[in-house]
Amino acid sequence: MKAKASSRVADSLIYLMLTLVTLITFLPFLYIFFVSFTDAQEFHTKSIILIPEKWSLSSYRYIMSTKMFIRSLGVSGLLAVVGSVIGLAISNTLAYTLSRKRLLGRKYLLMGIVFTMLFSAGMIPNYILVKNLGLMNTIWALILPALTGGWNIILMKSFFEEIPAELEDAGRIDGCSDFGIYFRIMLPLSLPSLAAFGLFYAVGYWNTYFAGVLYISNETLRPMQVVLQMMLIQASTLVGNASIANELQAEQQLPPETIKMAAVIISTLPILMVYPFLQRYFVQGLTLGSVKG
Amino acid sequence: MNNVVEEKFATPDKRSASMPGFVQMLIRDYRLYVLASPGLLFFLIFKYVPMWGLLLAFKDYSPYMGFWESKWVGFKYFEELFRNTDFPLLFRNTFAISLMNIFLFFPLPIILALLLNEVKKQVFKRVVQTLIYLPHFISWVVIVGICYLLFSQGDGVVNKLLVEAGYSKINFLSNPDTFWFMLTTQSIWKEAGWGTIIFLAALSGINPELYESAQIDGANRWKQAVHITLPGIRSIIVILLILRMGSILEVGFEHIYLMTSSPVSHVADVFDTYAYRSGVQNGRFSFATAVGIFKSMIGLVLVVLANKLSKRFGEEGIY
Repeated sequence: MKAKASSRVADSLIYLMLTLVTLITFLPFLYIFFVSFTDAQEFHTKSIILIPEKWSLSSYRYIMSTKMFIRSLGVSGLLAVVGSVIGLAISNTLAYTLSRKRLLGRKYLLMGIVFTMLFSAGMIPNYILVKNLGLMNTIWALILPALTGGWNIILMKSFFEEIPAELEDAGRIDGCSDFGIYFRIMLPLSLPSLAAFGLFYAVGYWNTYFAGVLYISNETLRPMQVVLQMMLIQASTLVGNASIANELQAEQQLPPETIKMAAVIISTLPILMVYPFLQRYFVQGLTLGSVKG
Repeated sequence: MNNVVEEKFATPDKRSASMPGFVQMLIRDYRLYVLASPGLLFFLIFKYVPMWGLLLAFKDYSPYMGFWESKWVGFKYFEELFRNTDFPLLFRNTFAISLMNIFLFFPLPIILALLLNEVKKQVFKRVVQTLIYLPHFISWVVIVGICYLLFSQGDGVVNKLLVEAGYSKINFLSNPDTFWFMLTTQSIWKEAGWGTIIFLAALSGINPELYESAQIDGANRWKQAVHITLPGIRSIIVILLILRMGSILEVGFEHIYLMTSSPVSHVADVFDTYAYRSGVQNGRFSFATAVGIFKSMIGLVLVVLANKLSKRFGEEGIY
């Protein structure tokens, strides 16, 4: 009996701590969300806003009318779609190939890929490479260097190794070539892993920031995170990009805070929307390879 | 091109008499190499070609002369780095931020995973997991931006609350005394939940019979956690710790770059930001490459040391 009671105390403590951690993680988002919908007048008169009394879309309407932010959303969207499609294509085929045990030289190719996980050349040589390839100020400077990485290949490879070998044998008996086996059997079967890595890749591209700072000076090609950084961080310290500071100040009635918060919400919305649907895939995809080796 | 790689690395097979020959195997599997080639090409161009660029650290690189024409200068740029008055500062900042990450951040995902593992109600568990994984997918720009919106001295809600409660405002964002702590807290908030995934996976691999027999022996939950659960994930903890040692000088460039403002620059400058400034902004490519190499070398040495240490304590290590 005593053990049971103490176990119940332990249970409630555990639930309490986890609830607390969850709240700390989630409340900042909720706060930003509410304030972004707050009416300008309410924002100015009340010192602290939790749930707005009067909901207003004016901050969102304002952001939607700025050219710079909307255009940058387009750039990031393009990056996310093009980048993850190409990234998935090259990593899935490579991972499949490396999962075939009979492949000559497989071990050395794998070693070469694992080595890139332990050692990379770093920022400056990469910068010079992008420059020498003539990619500066093109969308490809943001896409190509980030297509995939060793870790992804290894995880995808273990996904293919889980697929029963009989399926390949059956395909071979039916007269499929290696292409047929890949495109007609393995590719459809790898849809769960494609979904998981597609999410990872798309989020990675959506969050592209520093490559944008390094490789892009043309305003029309700026990815969204770069513009967001100018709005959120530079403008608030008033050392920021003059045109954005002006744009923010242009609408005097609107408090810059609610505009910034609306920008945060718009920029994270796509992630928040796809995330719940893909969650079961990515946990599967991620844990599979890492634990079973 | 793949064929060249293959031939170079292929080892003569003793059983080759009974096996299909080397060339036959290449011909038989040519379709597989075709499938692999775009991916291999990517690794070759974007991972291996830059490694050649590391030689720039030993040359006097100028973009006008190009890679081949530039003069060899030996260790000149390394010497310059070590003699630099900024060097001790960079060293201190990088290590301090990294050590705070190891000591404050590293244990948290383990603790969180252990807590989550005790939860029996699946719905609660799933809700918690979904929400604590989420910040991992949010960019540093947004995280730092939210931090500014919450903690800024003028309009941040936290300072407003402090004033309401009768305290004076606190300078959270550009206070050199608390800057490292602020960085670590942000990293924890973003990644601690995500970090639980790998430990939870390891936990699910522990044999449930161990718990049953422990219960029969009268072990309470705390004792079960200490004697079964923790030892069950010990090797994965060690592996992750080794990997972290290797990246001890990787302190999250984007994050620090975004958080840096002039009042905190003397505590925020790390090897990466220094390399960016001297290389990309001031065009001193060779010097910046030397900074990068110095950083990777220390990382490599630390991995080797940590791996040795873990083997001495009877763990597997990563190689």
